[in-house]
Amino acid sequence: MKIVDDSPPVLSALDRPNSYIGRSVPRPNLARLTQGRGQYISDVVLPRMAHVAFVRSPHAHARIKKIDAAKAKKSPGVIAVVTGPEFTKVMTPWVGVLTHLKGIKSAPQYPIATERACWQGEAVCAVVARTRAEAEDGCELVEVTYEALKAVTDPETALDKATPVIHPDLGDNLCFERSLDAGAVDKAFAESDAIVETTFVFGRHTGVTNEPRAVVADWNPGEQRMTVYHGTQAPHMMQNLFAKHLALQEHQVRVLTKDVGGSFGIKVHTYADEMATVALSKLLKRPVKFVADRIESFVTDIHARDHRVKAKLGVKKDGTFTAFEIDDLTGIGPYSVYPRTSGIEANQIVNLTGGPYKCPNYRARARVVFQNKNVMCQYRAVGHPIACAVTEGLVELAAAKIGMDPLEIRRRNLIADDAYPTGSASGLKFEQLSHHEALAHLDAMMNYAGLRAEQAKLREKGIYRGIGFASFIEVTNPSAAFYGVGGARITSQDGATVKLDATGAISIHSGVTEQGQGAEAVMAQCVASAFGVPLDKVRVVTGDTDNVPYGGGTWASRAAGIGGEAAWQAGKALRQNVLAVAGSILQAKPEDLDIRGGIVVDKSTGTERLPLDELARVAYFRPDTLPPGFQAELMATRHYVPRAWPFAFTNGIQASYLEVDTDTGFVKLLKHWCVEDCGTIINPQLVDEQVRGGVVQGLGGALFEQCLYDERGQMLNGNMADYLVPMAVEMPDIEVGHVVSPTADSELGAKGAGEAGTAGAPGCVMNAINDALRPLGAKPLTDMPFTPGKILLALGRV
Amino acid sequence: MSAHTMDISLTVNGEAVNERVEPRMTLVDFLRENLSLTGSHVGCEHGVCGACTVRVDGVVVRGCLMLAAQCEGAKVETIEGVSDNGEIADLQIAFEQRNALQCGFCTPAMLLTAQELLKAGGVPSRDEIREHISGNYCRCTGYHAIIDAMESVAQARAGGKK
Repeated sequence: MKIVDDSPPVLSALDRPNSYIGRSVPRPNLARLTQGRGQYISDVVLPRMAHVAFVRSPHAHARIKKIDAAKAKKSPGVIAVVTGPEFTKVMTPWVGVLTHLKGIKSAPQYPIATERACWQGEAVCAVVARTRAEAEDGCELVEVTYEALKAVTDPETALDKATPVIHPDLGDNLCFERSLDAGAVDKAFAESDAIVETTFVFGRHTGVTNEPRAVVADWNPGEQRMTVYHGTQAPHMMQNLFAKHLALQEHQVRVLTKDVGGSFGIKVHTYADEMATVALSKLLKRPVKFVADRIESFVTDIHARDHRVKAKLGVKKDGTFTAFEIDDLTGIGPYSVYPRTSGIEANQIVNLTGGPYKCPNYRARARVVFQNKNVMCQYRAVGHPIACAVTEGLVELAAAKIGMDPLEIRRRNLIADDAYPTGSASGLKFEQLSHHEALAHLDAMMNYAGLRAEQAKLREKGIYRGIGFASFIEVTNPSAAFYGVGGARITSQDGATVKLDATGAISIHSGVTEQGQGAEAVMAQCVASAFGVPLDKVRVVTGDTDNVPYGGGTWASRAAGIGGEAAWQAGKALRQNVLAVAGSILQAKPEDLDIRGGIVVDKSTGTERLPLDELARVAYFRPDTLPPGFQAELMATRHYVPRAWPFAFTNGIQASYLEVDTDTGFVKLLKHWCVEDCGTIINPQLVDEQVRGGVVQGLGGALFEQCLYDERGQMLNGNMADYLVPMAVEMPDIEVGHVVSPTADSELGAKGAGEAGTAGAPGCVMNAINDALRPLGAKPLTDMPFTPGKILLALGRV
Repeated sequence: MSAHTMDISLTVNGEAVNERVEPRMTLVDFLRENLSLTGSHVGCEHGVCGACTVRVDGVVVRGCLMLAAQCEGAKVETIEGVSDNGEIADLQIAFEQRNALQCGFCTPAMLLTAQELLKAGGVPSRDEIREHISGNYCRCTGYHAIIDAMESVAQARAGGKK
């Protein structure tokens, strides 16, 4: 029996009566979802609603010569057939660049292709009909004449003179390039006792949210307002973009998110077909719905991680790292994705590589090149899984080369726990990390010595098990340094409004969004604790730009750390307001009173003085009985943004124990461990489940997931039977441990936890596979995903 | 496009239903669009992800691989039905307590598949549970919490034996 109603409270300095900080309380909104009573955007139905389906380019690169829609227009149920030029009348194009990514460039992107299709799957014509089925019938009748153009599909040759330039106006196929040279890298390599050097390859993969992208746009000409029901992570960002490109004022646009069936970074970008749907609603003056089907998801949801990294690490005999060097090449799509750009993942790889270690010598180059494939952009843990696998892969190769235990070499190089504040060679700033304590915790938790003994014993029987590790750092709680400074209207601050209603219950309106991670539970816990009411008196509202404070939403592991702090501060502010009212009613000093369990009590004795429902009754219905000049303020709003540090870095270490079947090449994951440090833990169960879910997404990329393209730019496995995601039977139990180093930037001290699992898992599994195969003399595997075929090849079996 | 329609009569969650459908309409689209039973979800529409799982004549099926027209005379049960009649109340509570769902999109289907295994009786091993739910994809939880929740309900139903 592993279910606990309430974990043993990990009480912090913030503890007070009604403290829910550090407790595993269940999320308030789950019964709705277990009963099938959720409302996802794909469930939304509005009066007069029409459905759009898109004709999509079968070519990776083609000129659109002619579109004949005559037959489609006559198809039963079809309301309108709309092509690219018509969209330009209501919607302006966009360009995915940010000013702080120096030199990044991209071409204007339109809701649907106007003259040229630049990837297989790009929409070239929209068919609107009474039902989705009729819209698809219409699509089949649209005749498009294409002139196929040469597709650019190999990042290695994308910059060659002989390769066509996808957007001639840009001059070349280079989207973004960054170089960094810190310390004295050449000297450090020259002074090394050993050097390990290899090339890591990461398969292009995607989020595969169970609910595909979905949007319902409702332009009301009577109100001159656009209401967009949108499965998004960032409602205010989308409000701005819809308004900007439809030439509306922001206040004319309302974005509502409702339940979202999985996001993982997939649903935080601007998608051309979603912009087209919004434009169609404006054109047709009625609600239009678009829900991607699965093939559309595979060829249009952002892809990520398509990187080739040449990497090198120098090491002394005593295990000291001397220098890291990387050269990253990544092939994105034909456009940098708006508004966060497709340069961020490569930029993060440059920032994060070598991050856990004290090593001042670091050289990096990253190049981002355009391709005639689906677009790439930020997916859960952006850049981290790559930087981590490169770093940790090198670390374990170096350990093997000098004959040192992989945990020991980390002990000798990880930044000391008492060295903070400090920074990395790439310029990252670390407030307080706990690499060594995390490593020690992991060592004990997994019984490392015992596992090594078991591994040795089984090897004698021809059973090849491997143990691999990955230390990691994770970017969380981003300040304006992430996007704001680059000119994007993506806010890093977040707000919470807390209100005492007329019966003494509390409502919270928060700018962060619920994507399933439990943000609403965290907001409720913060406010219930700060204010002093039982959790069942708290209701949380998110995902509605008309009704919540301006906020960034959910991305970069920010909801709990930033939104939670805003909620905590709002709860405290409302508490002061309510105590002022209580003091006025009770003729007592507010500072002598407290709120506990939803009742105003004497602070010193705990004696009950006034229930909140009675206080609310007086304040709302008999304010005439309050002293003259006293006004009760039963609503409070607070905002929070990290200021002291650009990012609140977290850290941790993962371990994988697995068995490789050397006859079939199959990998059986036996157990996985993660010790992480996200600062103050508001809800241990939610943190653990973020880690577990994140680990499994990382394992998917390491073992199964890859968007396979041929040389013509055709995606070969755009369905769930051929694109493999982790199934229950393939996944191990995952044990999670914690170290707690709160950030001093906020009162709560909470950092993010959403991406740590995904950051470390792929590198960890890679190291475990190579550990298993090392005695067989296999060449180390560095090309993800590690399919049975690649493993057999490394073993020389095929 | 189809010029033809079919009239079907069936029972959905105990209620008699008479509807006119196109032959091409899948069972899950029929439930969602004609009957507004939106607890059954559409994930992949080709029988892989399992989000559309419903019960037809007591057997768990993929709602996207069966046509509404095939359900003439059938007894169809969805998450709405088994929620209202209390059949899986213990499973639902266990999922909520253990946070065995995050976005919840796979959950109605996962619960029906879980019930299929637990209804057979006994306390399945964690490996057996993992095997049984492998046709239902969850992208959020990593499955561990789902296994925990199912295991705890199996144990409780078996009389609290551990």
